This record gives sequence, structure tokens and C-alpha cells, in this order.
Amino acid sequence: MKSATESFKENARAALDDAQLQRALAGLPTGLVANRAAARARLPEFEDLRDVGRDIKDHTLAHLDLYLELYERNATAAGARVHWAATAAEAREIILRICRDAGAKLVTKGKSMISEEIGLNADLQAAGIEVVETDLGEYLVQIRGETPSHIIAPAIHLTQDQVEADFRRLHTELPKERVLSEPSQLVGEARQILREKFLAADVGITGANFLVAETGSSVIVTNEGNGDLTQSLARVHVVVASIEKVVPTREDVSTILRLLARSATGQELSTYTTFSTGPRRPEDPDGPAAYHVVILDNGRSEMLGTAFREVLRCIRCGACMNHCPVYGAIGGHAYGWVYPGPIGSVLTPSLIGVRSAADLPNASTFCGRCEEVCPMKIPLPKLMRHHREADFELGGSSRGYRIGLKLWAWLARRPRLYHVAARMAVALLGALGRRRGAFRSLPLAGGWTRHRDLPAPQGRTFQQLWAERKAGAPR
Amino acid sequence: MTGPLPSKPRVGLFVTCLVDLMRPSVGFAAVKLLEQAGCSVEVPAVQTCCGQPAYNSGDRADAAALARQTIAAFAGCDYVVAPSGSCAGMLKLHYPGLLAGDAEWSGKAKELAERVHELVSFLVDVRGMETVDAEFKGRATYHDSCSGLRELGIKGQPRRLLGSVKNLELIEMADAEVCCGFGGTFSVKYPDISNAMVEKKAANAAAAKPDLLLAGDLGCLMNMAGKLRREGRAVQVRHVVEVLAGELSDLPIAGSK
Amino acid sequence: MTSREAILSKIRAGLGAGRDDAARRAIAEERIAARARHLTPERVKDKSPDQLLKLFRGFLERESASVVEVDSKQDIPSAIAGYLRASNLPARIRVGGDARLTQLPWGSEPHLELLLGRAQPGDEVGLTHASAAVAETGTLVLVSGADNPVTLNFLPETHIVVVEEGDLVPAYEDAWEAIRARFGARAMPRTVNFISGPSRTGDIGGRLVMGAHGPQRMCVVIVRRPAPRT
Repeated sequence: MKSATESFKENARAALDDAQLQRALAGLPTGLVANRAAARARLPEFEDLRDVGRDIKDHTLAHLDLYLELYERNATAAGARVHWAATAAEAREIILRICRDAGAKLVTKGKSMISEEIGLNADLQAAGIEVVETDLGEYLVQIRGETPSHIIAPAIHLTQDQVEADFRRLHTELPKERVLSEPSQLVGEARQILREKFLAADVGITGANFLVAETGSSVIVTNEGNGDLTQSLARVHVVVASIEKVVPTREDVSTILRLLARSATGQELSTYTTFSTGPRRPEDPDGPAAYHVVILDNGRSEMLGTAFREVLRCIRCGACMNHCPVYGAIGGHAYGWVYPGPIGSVLTPSLIGVRSAADLPNASTFCGRCEEVCPMKIPLPKLMRHHREADFELGGSSRGYRIGLKLWAWLARRPRLYHVAARMAVALLGALGRRRGAFRSLPLAGGWTRHRDLPAPQGRTFQQLWAERKAGAPR
Repeated sequence: MTGPLPSKPRVGLFVTCLVDLMRPSVGFAAVKLLEQAGCSVEVPAVQTCCGQPAYNSGDRADAAALARQTIAAFAGCDYVVAPSGSCAGMLKLHYPGLLAGDAEWSGKAKELAERVHELVSFLVDVRGMETVDAEFKGRATYHDSCSGLRELGIKGQPRRLLGSVKNLELIEMADAEVCCGFGGTFSVKYPDISNAMVEKKAANAAAAKPDLLLAGDLGCLMNMAGKLRREGRAVQVRHVVEVLAGELSDLPIAGSK
Repeated sequence: MTSREAILSKIRAGLGAGRDDAARRAIAEERIAARARHLTPERVKDKSPDQLLKLFRGFLERESASVVEVDSKQDIPSAIAGYLRASNLPARIRVGGDARLTQLPWGSEPHLELLLGRAQPGDEVGLTHASAAVAETGTLVLVSGADNPVTLNFLPETHIVVVEEGDLVPAYEDAWEAIRARFGARAMPRTVNFISGPSRTGDIGGRLVMGAHGPQRMCVVIVRRPAPRT
């Protein structure tokens, strides 16, 4: 997928001015955030499970080559065709070839962030294949020509009114006078339209929440059941999954499943968790005749030897973005690439380069809420700081900012001089602002005073007053 | 720490650059509380800033230099106490990592970390303070600053002491634990996003209808006070230690409405 | 070099691991062989069958599934007929080859029509038999095959699932043990479905709507264990 990470500030500004988007985002705290808190409260072991989940992933990543080989061996034994793709382009080629070999005219897709990452749809469409996203949120985004703005709720930026308008614009074969004022009516219409696609599809493409080394299974987790219809009704099922999705055993998956839905939506478990192993068996009356798995690297293996290995624990629950006050303010599109929110601010610079995505790790207050809720205990703020350091090394931040920072640091390292300068600055500002107690505007402080008053200093520094007190002068 | 604690511990006050520059009254309130808690207070003159602006901007070299300066400044104290969760967190949790590769200083950083505390949690958890001798007539609400809350676990301590302030009614606002949007250099680099965050915070604070909004970090307080004042909302904003020390003679932050 | 080799060797380089490290390989293979359990939620530890059943029911009902209990298999047809009637649903049911379902005394409900085979587009009611039920989250475990074709779980608007109380287990790991016992230590049927309620979506305005793509309604018929003789 093309990135718009470099225009982050403009994207954010536009998002803040988008009243429709702001209405859509307003429900986050009372929805997903409150639901997670309730689910966590119902399971006293939740915090212990986070440690266990982290350990499972750490162990797997430390033996990733071996578990991938074991996965491949067991999947192949069950009749899967396993493909390896080092890059996004290679993954697209492999999938396109599978579709062509199958004579595919229509491809249905379950929700897959990896397919967004590799920009799959455009290639398939260019080859004359109709591609239909079947996760309702993905479908809403696809018919608008947009990208997902959240990894588990792709259309969280849309309001119900927008959906109704899109359906009326697009589904012209349906009667104009139909009523679409309720979400259930909109869902019903999408169900009807997409049901035809499921039944007619030649190839069904899904992602994978996990690959299980023990059995060679791929696992998807959904609430709609769209992934199951995608993979059960098409002749060919293609799974596209990145290397870090593998876990050793079904016991390991079970443990992580206890964290996933609770962190994501606050459900005890998502409605459907499906383990798929090989193609349909000779005696099976349904299921895909062929089953392919495309294992994608796309830069991840290079993260293993760095501090960023930890981010490969991510299970894509979306809790970090649900709890992020920056995401809550600007939504997902402003981040400019596939993965928004805190996880995107760490993953995106790792995958597309820190210089083209420097704003992402910088646009955080390090409030730490993401790390607090991450089921895999990924130290997201720490990793964002690592990106900032790399960016700073490479000459990131504006020239003015760098000069200001260096000047301040130079002074702060010289306490005697610093305290003299502080005294003078504070005396001046104090004299100017003391009467009102705050400034409405101030040279060089425009970023601050555009939106809020700047409190005035009290007029003398603490060090100055302390020295006087020590010398016996009254305060 | 080895050996018995001295009966009157020597506490080095890490003033923090914002308190030093903007609101020295917070520093004096801190000194008063520490003395009430049986400590003797020292204020090393060679301290400046904990180094977070550099550290969070990716400038490790300058941050490390300031870390070394701070460690040296507080070498002789039994405790190092700061009226800020953010700066205390920097000293306690980030200096050791920052200086991990420095043979001469990494041990000193770890040793310092053991002695560092945020002020209110120090009073309650280390000095066993249960009540304060102070009074405020009105409703107060407390904003949990992020670093104090999530890095140092400061949540109950300020509320406990506020509960002992005569005539003070402590109320909770919605989303007290959500960031106010200050974030140090964040507020300067991303002013529009910062503003969206502090707008929500100001709205939540105002909705609780307090007379007083409190927190333990001056950065957050200046941000919230500046927004509340710009919006013309009649909520006074103060550092929590001013109330706990009963030092309310100075104007509230950003003046009064 | 193939992409496979390139990826694996980059991974090994990142991990600082050798190509043929027998000790590492042994760790991975032993972990899989051991299939160690991690942490079982307290809510299902040392619970009586009745407590587990109550928990299982409670979660399913919370997730908007209907739950019916019957004392004997013989009562299943009438329970299903009763549910369909009460919900104003058609009396035509699609079912796979599972003898536990096809051999029931359907004659007692002559108006019910049974269609055999995988789900077809027009089917409105699908009936399957679960291989296990997991108490910890109210989850049904269904395995695909000729007995219970996977499409029955997803295509019809109404999904009726029969599960025997004897197959109710505390935790997911117990369900995996049952599957291992039936299919072999590392073998799996084409599809194992964990299902915890009817299909749903929150993608429009954040409001929960049932029946997104899969079934709009789900009815779980629990066959109680025969009461111990006195």
C-alpha cells in the first residue's frame, strides 16, 4: 500500500476539522474501552495471562525458523500448498498466479491486514478479477475507495448516514423507496448483496490470526462469519499470513485466544474461531478443493535482531488504538499507512523506513496507555522512542527545533549560567504577565497560545528564592 | 539501601525545571510537607532539568549528559524527591537504561533510582503520612498525570491525603486517567492534536463542576489551566502539594477568573 | 536461493542461530510434543458438572443464543419443533449424515421436513451436532466432515446445534484433548469451528446487529446426562 505518512500533520489537521469523523470517534471510550475493562474484570487471571501470552510469543520468536519449518511440514502433510514470499510484490505474484491457475473471475476476501499491507486488491483487479471484501467494515471501506482506519473495525470512521448514502448510490438494482434508517436494515442489505458473491466466488482469500506449527492449521477469528463463508464456499482457499503469526501448539493458541477478544472488543471469545487444516477431505461434502498458504516476510525478519523484535508479538487486537488519546482525536487514516495508532507508530517506521514515517513515533505524549492495555505487553512507548532516536540521528525534526533543543541542552548542562538566564527570563515574563496571570499570545509560543493561554511565571525562580531563604532573607 | 535509615533523612529536592521557572511556590510547599514528614531538605544548586525534552526528542547524548549531572548533584542525599511523577519517573526508570552502556555511570544510575520518589507517594508510602493539616472549602478533582500513574503507580496516595484536607470535597471527573495532551515537546510539535486532547480534558473537568482542579505535574497543570482559562471556565487550577501544604496565597495557575 | 531459504536464513541471522542447531530444534519439537497447558481460568477449575453447565448456558444466552435442555435424545425432535414454532420459523431442516441426528425419532414431529447433505443457498434452518462444548466462554466445538458439513454452520439463517452434556468440558484445552483422542495426536479435520453465538457485526455506527453473514439466530439443544439411578 502507498503511504501518506509524510503528510501526517496535514492529515491530522484535516481529521480534527472533519465533523463527521469526530462524531464517529466519539463513541470509542464508552464502547470498546468500557467493554474491555468489563471483560478484564470478569477474568481475574487476565493480567497473569498477559505474562503467559508474552512468554509464548517470545519463545516462538526465539525459535521462529524452526516453528515455521514445523508448520510447513505439518501443513504440507495435510495437503496444503505452502508458499514463501520475501516481499509484498512476491506475495502478490504468488496469489495472482493461484487465482489465474484457478481461472478465477471472482475473488471474495475475509478481513486481512496483510493483504492491505501488500496492496493485493489493485493487482488482482488489474488482472481483470473482481475482488469483493466481505467483512462488512471492509466492504464499506472498499465501496468508498478508502482504506481501513482501524485494524479490527475498518469503518469506525464512518457514520450510519454515510453508509446509507453509499448503499443508495451503489446498490441501484434495489428499490429506491426501501427503508434504510436502521443499522439492521443496512446489514440486511449488505448480507443479501454479499451472499451472492460468496456463492459465486472462485477463490476465497483470508488472513490468519495464527498458524499452528503442531498441526499445520491456520486460524481466523471473526464475529460475522464472513471468513468462514469465504473459505468454505470457494473452490480455492488462499491464506496470506506474515511469519510472526506462527505459534507452537493448540494450547498456545488457546491461551492467546483468552486475551485476544477480551482486549479487542471485550467479548469472552469472538463469535467464530476457525481452525483450517489442508483442503477438504475426500469424504467432505463441502470446503475448498485446494488450500494455499502464503507466508510473508516483508521486512519482519530484519526486526528480529533488533529491539523491535518485541513488536512481532502483536496479535492485532486493536486495544492500543482504542485506548490511544491521539488515535481518539485523529482516527486511523491520518497515520497514512496500513497500521494506525500506537502499533502503527512502531511498526510502520520499521517496515517503510523511519524517515518517511518520522511523525508517527513522534506524535505521542508517551502517556503509556497503549502499553498498559497491550495483551502482549509490547513496550510501545519505548519502541517509539527508539524510532525517535534513529530519526534524530538521521537529522530528523525541523532545523529550528533542533537548534532550540541543542541550545537549551547546552545551557542546561551549565547550571550556573542556566540559573542566571532562568532568573532573567522569568523576571521579564513575570513582569509582563503577572497582572493577568497568563498570556494570550507570546512570540515563539504560537503553537501553545493558538489554543490556550500560557500561564505566567510567578516572577522569580525557586533557586533564587531558596538561596535568599538560606541566606536568611524572608521569602 | 544498606544499613538503618537515619531518623531525620536528608532529602534532596529535585525542584524540576518547570517549578523552578514557573511556580516556585510549589517548591516551597514541597519543602514544607517534607519537613512536616520529618525530613531535612536540601536543594542542590547544580540541578537544572531531568533531560526529558532531549530524551523524548531522540537526543540521547544530551539526555545522558543531563542524567550524569543530576546523579552527581544528588550523590549525598538519602532520598531524591520531586514534585512531579514525570521527572521522578525519568530519574527512577529511564536513567538506568540511558546510562546502561556507561561503565562509570550505570551503577550510579541504578543506585540513584533506588532513592528517587515522587513527592506525594514518598510522603505516604515511605514516610507513612496519613493526614495533612490543611483546609480548602470547596470541591476538588484530581487528574492522574500519565507518568506518575502508569510508571510509578500513583493513584491512591494523593486522594488519601486530599481526603484529610478539612472541608475539601473530593470528586472524580470522567476519564481522570486519560492524558491531558501535554506530553512535553508534543504540545509544541503537534499543537493541534494536543489541543484536541486538552479540550476533552477541560470538558471532563468542567463537567464535574469542581472549584479546584489538581494534579501532580506542573506541565499537565499549565496545559489544563491554559485551556480552561482560554475557554473562560471558572475552575481554579493548582498543584496538589499547594493544597496539601495549605499554601494557597499565590494566584492559581494561569491566574484566576 | 529460494525465498523460503532467504527468509529462514534472515531469521536465523537475526536470532544469531546456526543452520543446524540440534539443541534448538529439540526445544521446539519437545514443546510441541509436550503440548503443555498454561493457565486455566479459575471460573472452570474444580467445578461440578452442574456448575459448568450453568456457566456454559449463561455465556451463550448472554451472546443472544437460545438454549433448550432435554432429558433424553428422544426429546430432541420435539424440542426443535417447539423452538421453530415459537420463533415462527419454517419446518424444513437441513442436516448432514450424523446418525446421532438422522436416527432420532423424527416421526413424532411429522410436520418437520429433513433434508440431507451440505447446506444449499435456500436453506433456512441448519442442524448440526457439536463434538464438544466449552464451559469457560460458552463455546461450541464443531468438526467438519460428511456428518456435519461446515456450510451448515454458516449458510442458513438459523443454526440449531445439539450437544450432549457428557461432551461439556471446562476449558479449550480439554476440547483439544478430545479432538486428539478422536483424530490422532497432531491430525485435524479440515475445519474445527469454535462458535459462541449467532453471527454479528458492530461495523455500522458501532451498533450491534445480529446476522451479519452467518446465522441470525442460534439455538443450542443440550442433552442432559441421564440422572443417576436411585
